[in-house]
Amino acid sequence: MTSSTSPAGSHAVDAYTAAQEAQDAAVGHSARTFRVWRGADGQGELRDYTTEAKDGMVVLDALQQIQAEEAPDLAMRWNCKAGKCGSCSAEINGKPRLMCMTRLDELPTDEPVSVEPIRAFPHVRDLVTDVSWNFRVKPTITRFTPRPPDAPDGTWRVDQRDVDRVQEFRKCIECFLCQDVCHVLRDHHKHDEFIGPRFLVYAAALEMHPLDVADRTAQLKESQGIGYCNITKCCTTVCPEGIKITDNAIIPLKERVADQYFDPLRALVRLVRGKKR
Amino acid sequence: MSEQTTIDHDVLVIGAGGAGLRAAIEAASHGTRVGVVTKSLLGKAHTVMAEGGVAAAMGNVDDRDSWRVHFADTMRGGQYLNNWRMAELHAKEAPARVNELEKWGALFDRTKDGRILQRNFGGHRYPRLAHVGDRTGLEMIRTLQDHGIHEGLDVHMECTVVTLLHDGERIAGALAYDRERGRFRVFRAKAVVLATGGIGRAYSISSNSWEYTGDGHSLAYLAGAALQDMEFVQFHPTGMIWPPSVRGILVTEGVRGEGGVLKNRDGRRFMFDNIPDNYKSQTADDEEEGWRYTQGDKDARRPPELLTRDHVARMIVREVKEGRGSPHGGVFLDIAWIKDRVPNGAEHIRKKLPSMYHQFKQLANIDITKEPMEIGPTTHYVMGGIRVDGDTQMSTVPGLFACGECAAGLHGANRLGGNSLSDLLVFGKRAGEYAAEFARTNGDVRLDEREIDEGMRLALAPFERGTSGESAYQVQDALQTMMQDSVGIVRQQNEMEYALTELEKLKQRAERVGVPGNREYNPGWHTALDLRHLLIVSEAIARCALERRESRGGHFRDDYPEKDPAFATFNHVVRRGGDGAMVLDREPIPALPAELAAIIEEMK
Repeated sequence: MTSSTSPAGSHAVDAYTAAQEAQDAAVGHSARTFRVWRGADGQGELRDYTTEAKDGMVVLDALQQIQAEEAPDLAMRWNCKAGKCGSCSAEINGKPRLMCMTRLDELPTDEPVSVEPIRAFPHVRDLVTDVSWNFRVKPTITRFTPRPPDAPDGTWRVDQRDVDRVQEFRKCIECFLCQDVCHVLRDHHKHDEFIGPRFLVYAAALEMHPLDVADRTAQLKESQGIGYCNITKCCTTVCPEGIKITDNAIIPLKERVADQYFDPLRALVRLVRGKKR
Repeated sequence: MSEQTTIDHDVLVIGAGGAGLRAAIEAASHGTRVGVVTKSLLGKAHTVMAEGGVAAAMGNVDDRDSWRVHFADTMRGGQYLNNWRMAELHAKEAPARVNELEKWGALFDRTKDGRILQRNFGGHRYPRLAHVGDRTGLEMIRTLQDHGIHEGLDVHMECTVVTLLHDGERIAGALAYDRERGRFRVFRAKAVVLATGGIGRAYSISSNSWEYTGDGHSLAYLAGAALQDMEFVQFHPTGMIWPPSVRGILVTEGVRGEGGVLKNRDGRRFMFDNIPDNYKSQTADDEEEGWRYTQGDKDARRPPELLTRDHVARMIVREVKEGRGSPHGGVFLDIAWIKDRVPNGAEHIRKKLPSMYHQFKQLANIDITKEPMEIGPTTHYVMGGIRVDGDTQMSTVPGLFACGECAAGLHGANRLGGNSLSDLLVFGKRAGEYAAEFARTNGDVRLDEREIDEGMRLALAPFERGTSGESAYQVQDALQTMMQDSVGIVRQQNEMEYALTELEKLKQRAERVGVPGNREYNPGWHTALDLRHLLIVSEAIARCALERRESRGGHFRDDYPEKDPAFATFNHVVRRGGDGAMVLDREPIPALPAELAAIIEEMK
């Protein structure tokens, strides 16, 4: 390796760092305006901030830059900045999305980018909402209950096809965008009677788990309000993981409930899906 | 000040990633009252980003594997600075910990006969990583989370610890504040487990989430515990580099495990040009043998792309420095080429590496089934950390335990991919078990009001300076840039001396930081309080790195490019001296028992 030395007191930029810095300098940029919701406990206003947007930036980058430049107390959640943790959910130009996966170059350049908190939960501050309801709902769903192990060493044998069937549901990053857009929660505030698309996906993952033997149909029908879902598929549209929430999770669960309770919904579901049995 | 509420637990776990949750579940299973404090919402911790898999010698794919091979691989990867007792326990207990996850609902990919499938990874002799596509970390954290919520844990979300509390020499709990409202909370606990993860946010290019500000390292250090081997920081060879806003985001080693190759600007597979002596006998002679290895041929040896991360990262830096890099200052990682070798190539790649496909498509407009990725090294992991006892995970402070990334020992000078997920399971369980035992066998603790008052005063000081102080973001940015340039992948004496003088200036700037606004969910305040932790871990890294005048594992010195046997006999240990200054010592590594030494000799 070549060795580079630096005079005492100054800092050395080696060839590697220099290559990176040259790239940064060459990036195209232009000023963009962001219209961000500021306020606490539901009271507040949209405020405009202008910052230099560089090529390839996502909305989260721009908001972090605004934090560093002029709004140090701008409240927002983020963790991984890689679309894996589901913390930075917001409504961007009115659409529920992850800030870290929304590129500025896919949003119209001739108007400010609006960034607002998700609306299905109580507001805390700026872009932060109180999502604790979700963490209270989850334990009400019967936990994973495996069949006895298949082998004397306490392990199971599972076919890859059976694993593949539920992997779609297990991709969920719990960003709660589906909860945000579900009208049963957002508009009708049925938080006490309905668990929302996220937890229907969770229930489906358990119900279709190749090792699970519990039956959750009674609770889905009685206390978790699966009947409230009228399959408008809004949740599926906003899922950043591309989970087909309605078709692959909710409708099969509805069918299970219908099978057990002769619910008239069953007919409706068949009608909507256009399936003949 | 009397605004704070006091909450009692037997065991307080700080951190809710894989290690913290596993520790909490274990402690609760021993009948103790367990509290979990997490800076984020539950399930968002950095574990969620782990991609490749969890290393455990189950031998499901290659029955030649055993704990003895895993032990030898881990020691070789760590260049023999590892705590050998931890490497032994880890190799022996990892398979049981993985099977236990399945019992709790995790669904790993399967072999043809329905057992847990295992994949190849750098530095592991046999296919050893249990995995779920390339989202193993998400599967693990969700499994632990969904199991944990039924185990009676008391979870305090979005709560940040300011300082640990003492009862004499013994640890007695922690002072924290809730991020939402900014109210102080005092946790009184008979034992505390630190599971706070790493320090990646000390650098400007990092694969780590914002939480990785070294809190556990620094809290333990300030509470009187010793830190060990802090010079060993792992720079993962493959992070995204373009566009700049995504620089540092991880590209899983699984890409290379599935057959991805590294090429320079001239299309040359440069990794074949320089293979370290201690890996020569395990490395493929040519590209064809390397390909056969990735496809499960048991007679083939691994391609040089799957050498240890420290080596691969340095070889990439060399290509760039010598002018053979890719257009944006990295090298090419090509998985698209395997389309000619496997049926339904594009679909095969999308199925094996779904997150990577998604990530490049969405963030860089690159279709990895058609074109190569551009990648470069990114700060990924710290091997160094809180010095602990290998069996119990207790630090040098009674009642204070540490597990997962914030603890030192298992990985020595360099960690093998996949060994962190197994680390957090094996030692998370052990920390939880022994913390519960400590809580049961030691009596109640008494809190020191002065310590609490002092902690609250320190935490609120930035508000007193308000807008007249400097911005916390500016100081953090200056620190990250300085550490990246001066204590990064390739190090030398004058740069690290420069870093230490700069750190003194940054400490003074940090003391002048002011925060406008109020205490309710104020990221400026959170950033200001993180600075203290980042500065302490940065100083520990720089001091240890300066003293290690050789190159070994994750630590590479341009001025001492060779390994020096004189540095193989001790660990670096830093403590806080009586005057508050950082003190660095050498602690000799205990001799290996004959049985373990024989395993290493046999596997050479």
